[in-house]
Amino acid sequence: MELINKEQVSKKLSGRLMVNKVMKFIFLLCTLVGLVVLATLLIDTILDGWRYLTVDFFTNFSSSRPDNAGIRGAIIGTLWLMATTAPIAIILSVGTALYLEEYAPKNKLVDFVKINISNLAGVPSVVFGLLGLTLFVRMAGLGNSVLAAALTMSLMILPVIVVASQEAIRSVPGSIREASIGMGATKWQTITRIILPASIPGIITGIILALSRAIGETAPLVIIGIPTILLFTPTGVLDTFSALPMQIFSWVKLPNPEFQSITAAAILVLLFILFLMNSVAIYIRNKYSKRF
Amino acid sequence: MTLAKVKEETDMNTVYDTAVDSRTQEMNSIKQTSNAIFQAKDFNLWYGNNHALQDINLDFNENEISAIIGPSGCGKSTFIKSLNRMVELVPIVRTEGDIVYRDQSIFDKSSTVENLRTKVGMVFQKPNPFPKSIYDNVAYGARVHGIRNKKVLDQVVEKSLKGAAIWEEVKDRLNDNAYGLSGGQQQRICIARALAIEPDVILMDEPTSALDPISTTKVEDLMHELKKDYSIIIVTHNMQQAARISDRTAFFYQGYVVEYDKTNVIFDKPKDQRTEDYVSGRFG
Ligand SMILES: Nc1ncnc2c1ncn2[C@@H]1O[C@H](COP(=O)(O)OP(=O)(O)O)[C@@H](O)[C@H]1O
Ligand SMILES: [Mg+2]
Repeated sequence: MELINKEQVSKKLSGRLMVNKVMKFIFLLCTLVGLVVLATLLIDTILDGWRYLTVDFFTNFSSSRPDNAGIRGAIIGTLWLMATTAPIAIILSVGTALYLEEYAPKNKLVDFVKINISNLAGVPSVVFGLLGLTLFVRMAGLGNSVLAAALTMSLMILPVIVVASQEAIRSVPGSIREASIGMGATKWQTITRIILPASIPGIITGIILALSRAIGETAPLVIIGIPTILLFTPTGVLDTFSALPMQIFSWVKLPNPEFQSITAAAILVLLFILFLMNSVAIYIRNKYSKRF
Repeated sequence: MTLAKVKEETDMNTVYDTAVDSRTQEMNSIKQTSNAIFQAKDFNLWYGNNHALQDINLDFNENEISAIIGPSGCGKSTFIKSLNRMVELVPIVRTEGDIVYRDQSIFDKSSTVENLRTKVGMVFQKPNPFPKSIYDNVAYGARVHGIRNKKVLDQVVEKSLKGAAIWEEVKDRLNDNAYGLSGGQQQRICIARALAIEPDVILMDEPTSALDPISTTKVEDLMHELKKDYSIIIVTHNMQQAARISDRTAFFYQGYVVEYDKTNVIFDKPKDQRTEDYVSGRFG
């Protein structure tokens, strides 16, 4: 008395194997669609823009004559923006993560805050732009300065770094925390000597990925009124500035076809910076992962 | 064979006269406080509504190895972690009664938990070195307590590693990461790390349960050595280990202390049927 009919099983086997092959093919196709489109975009941009990647392109300010147009103002503005955003965002978000993971009492309110921090990461950047416009540009009277933009960007990337830092801190095993506390170390000593050193790779990875998101963001900058064409560079955080994505955004609107190629060159610069930042993040993550 | 040796030692130990029952004997030792390092007095502990420790009365003596045995879940870890107040890291814990360490309540507001933990070191079940070099692991406690002088730190590290009988094995690679050592070596590094703060008492929660037999023997031999300078309280679920190394043994069952006596009494002529059943391996 056999419950499984061997004959039927072998009859259906070829059909099962067929479905298996077809599915594999379909998923390969899905992957290829994405890859091919991305590769086309990239190659098209490179072919279009590489001619303009000259020294002059980096040292000239923006200009209405294509031959003179460069990204000096934009790239220096972007550097100012990043250099101001990074410390603000890092202090605020690592501090938040440490408080939530190490100090906060375990209750419903704290759980509610934790859940909503990850939700904040999904809020569109336009909304952060509007927040920055109201809060920093208008109420705090900072105008369209580096500082106002940096504060806005910091708020935008805060949830990303907080979540990454929380995960990194949580991944430090409780056993080494206990070992430190058990020797009479205070909580603060345990944090600075054990928890932060062990979680810093994860935190840095989060910071770099968040900053690489900020560096390409355009919407918040448009909303808080950052100028697109500027013939000087900022000398302090209260000066106004331009930034790479703003420059790209303004050039791409121009009718002159030569500017399409210049836009492509600027995009290549931005992509290169992003690529570099992501490589550093991946390097750090791989080098320091699997430590426990 | 080893039990006989333990017997011999404990018989020579004249501090404790034979007590008729463990209650009266506890009363006696409360009077002779000079010799007790830890005294639990009607100590109760709850995790939320779970009454994990019930009316614990126990005295532990100086320069002895005291073992705590009992089936898993009976509260051994909870009790030993109460002694250095590590158990309070669990937010839902509530306690009643008192624990006295050298004539002062550990809950006394005039002293801090950090101070208590400096005198009462702990070695955990799973070796838990820091992801740092061997040197930095052992020097950690001294550094935490403000010692920066490199010469002093060098001496602390050497003395502690020697004390934990691992100096010869690691002296040439003090700057290697402690994670590269075997489990048994890691556990002795953890013991060295605990010794480095020059504690008075060392608490050990099943320190050999994650180790192979050879490493276990090494750690047990080490405990015999350490007994001269330190008082040791050890939790173990290995009854042979308790019989081999300890002077006194407390048998915990479902949050109570069923019986506490000299180790040879607990193993050879226990008074309580449950102790007898447990040590003879009838349950556990
Ligand atoms: N962190 C905790 N939170 C809640 N209950 C706990 C916790 N740790 C232990 N317990 C409970 O306390 C009792 C004693 O546990 P434990 O002290 O770990 O036993 P043992 O070490 O003897 O195996 C068990 O009922 C266990 O479920
Ligand atoms: Mg336990």
